[in-house]
Amino acid sequence: MNGRVGRWGFAALVWGMVGMMVVLPPVMVFAGALSHGLRAAWDGLCDPDALSAIRLTLLITALAVAINSFFGVMAAWTLTRFSFPGRGLAIVLVELPLSVSPVVGGLVWLLVFGTQGWWGAALERWGYPVMFAPPGILLATLFVTFPYVTRTMMPMLRHMGRAQEEAAVMLGAGMWRVLWHVTLPGARAALLSGVLMTTARAMGEFGAVSVVSGHIPGLTETMPLHIETLYNGYQTVAAFAMAALLALMAMGVVAVRGLVERTALRMGKIA
Amino acid sequence: MTPGPMTPAHDMDGGGMAGHCAARQGAGGHAPFTLWRRRRDGLPGFGVGLSLTLGWLGVLVILPLLALLARPWAQGVGSGLGAFAHIVHDGRMLAALRVSFVSALVAAALDVVAGVVIAWGLVRVRVPGWRVIDALVELPFALPTAVVGITMATLYGPHGWVGAPLSHLGMKVAFTPLGIVVALMFVGLPFVVRTVVPVLRALPPEAEEVARTLGATRAQVVARVVMPALYPALLTAFAMAFARGVGEYGSVIFIAGNQPYHTEIAPLLIVIRLQEYDTQGASLIGLVLVAIAMASLGVIAWVRRHVGRGGAGGAI
Repeated sequence: MNGRVGRWGFAALVWGMVGMMVVLPPVMVFAGALSHGLRAAWDGLCDPDALSAIRLTLLITALAVAINSFFGVMAAWTLTRFSFPGRGLAIVLVELPLSVSPVVGGLVWLLVFGTQGWWGAALERWGYPVMFAPPGILLATLFVTFPYVTRTMMPMLRHMGRAQEEAAVMLGAGMWRVLWHVTLPGARAALLSGVLMTTARAMGEFGAVSVVSGHIPGLTETMPLHIETLYNGYQTVAAFAMAALLALMAMGVVAVRGLVERTALRMGKIA
Repeated sequence: MTPGPMTPAHDMDGGGMAGHCAARQGAGGHAPFTLWRRRRDGLPGFGVGLSLTLGWLGVLVILPLLALLARPWAQGVGSGLGAFAHIVHDGRMLAALRVSFVSALVAAALDVVAGVVIAWGLVRVRVPGWRVIDALVELPFALPTAVVGITMATLYGPHGWVGAPLSHLGMKVAFTPLGIVVALMFVGLPFVVRTVVPVLRALPPEAEEVARTLGATRAQVVARVVMPALYPALLTAFAMAFARGVGEYGSVIFIAGNQPYHTEIAPLLIVIRLQEYDTQGASLIGLVLVAIAMASLGVIAWVRRHVGRGGAGGAI
């Protein structure tokens, strides 16, 4: 840069851009929540519908993270350790949900389980409605959070190589023992990073869930959907209170993930 | 760059070649059926792993996508073809697709510019507090889209912190196409910064210094030394931000105003069509969006395979 003035000018430009584009919106969330004092924000969160939304979000997130983490690890391992016809296609399909619109992630389930869908009418007749009920919300969340664990695990598994796993097999370990005692401990940081990414996305998913939920307050509303209902009902303070809580949860998860990655990187550099 | 957890998005496919070739060699000269057994490559669990992977993929991705692909043909091939032909005449659908497409394009382009400046400040200039910026840039990833949506609508609304001063200057952001771009820029920015920073780190500053000592002007250094090394990363980042922007819903609908033909985005029109019980119309828009997403993924894959192998190296 052109001397001190240029350097400070550039710093001001960068900070201005970051402040305007990145910092201002999160600050606004908390300012909006506290605009009528902490008390009003707290009251907004204690509403029974709000509590039910928080509960549903926690439940769906826990289930989605558990399911997608298990299968995500298995997929990452299978896709890096074995070669088979169609492997490339499988990798593309794993990545696909990331770039597809979240609304499509809800629509596709409507086409399978909706009343006009393939199996919706039959399931409803048997008394198991999937759409506009928590199972549909879970499916939509599973779709949009599908790739995270696999795509963070795969480069790590490839980096680790297979020598240690082969050695364990030679010593008599079976597949699950290899995975549990050799593969997972080695890829711990990558797994944790993927799981946290899945968690953050699952908590905040809006578009996909919005299509399949039916928006029944107290029953099928997750936190993001409840934010929409409150905001459209001009309950701005309650909407921002809920938004601030959700933002805190997601930002906490992402911060932990950053910490994990930084620690892993530092340890990797020492080794 | 080590393929450590810091760069999880990169190189999904790169290292697969080694295993592939090993399998080929091992299989050479055997009867066709041993081909399959040979692919176990010495590790147990191929059958279990493959069935779990395909089962998971099949139920959660392939089945629903097949339902989407099959939907237009549900009432026969003729009516399916008719539906596709009808897209051209559905002005509202075309307008919504254009709004999503153009605003995602503009937002991604602006993100690339802003992202490069920020990345440059982080890596090369090391502006005061660059570590803080490094952490802050993650924020848009962390904020759920609905939260972004109501925040942007309030911030840029007529009484918002940014919207009020702007409206004094006669500028309207919320409920105009500009509002859509602003929301999409927020969502897309981290893609650019996270893609460009590692490439810039891997690019030795000596190259730029050498060019300067050889008499290049600063503009020449940027055009001839920095940009050629950076442009695969920029293309990838642009495609990622664009793909995200075209399908974006939650962060946009609150600020967009959602006027048909003007500020109505394609994902919102899917939701509206579904509320009208027009599943067919919703599916057609969905298919177009999936096609755009696949095309963006194709660009990213192409860059990785053909351009990324060159100077900019493994960081992409």
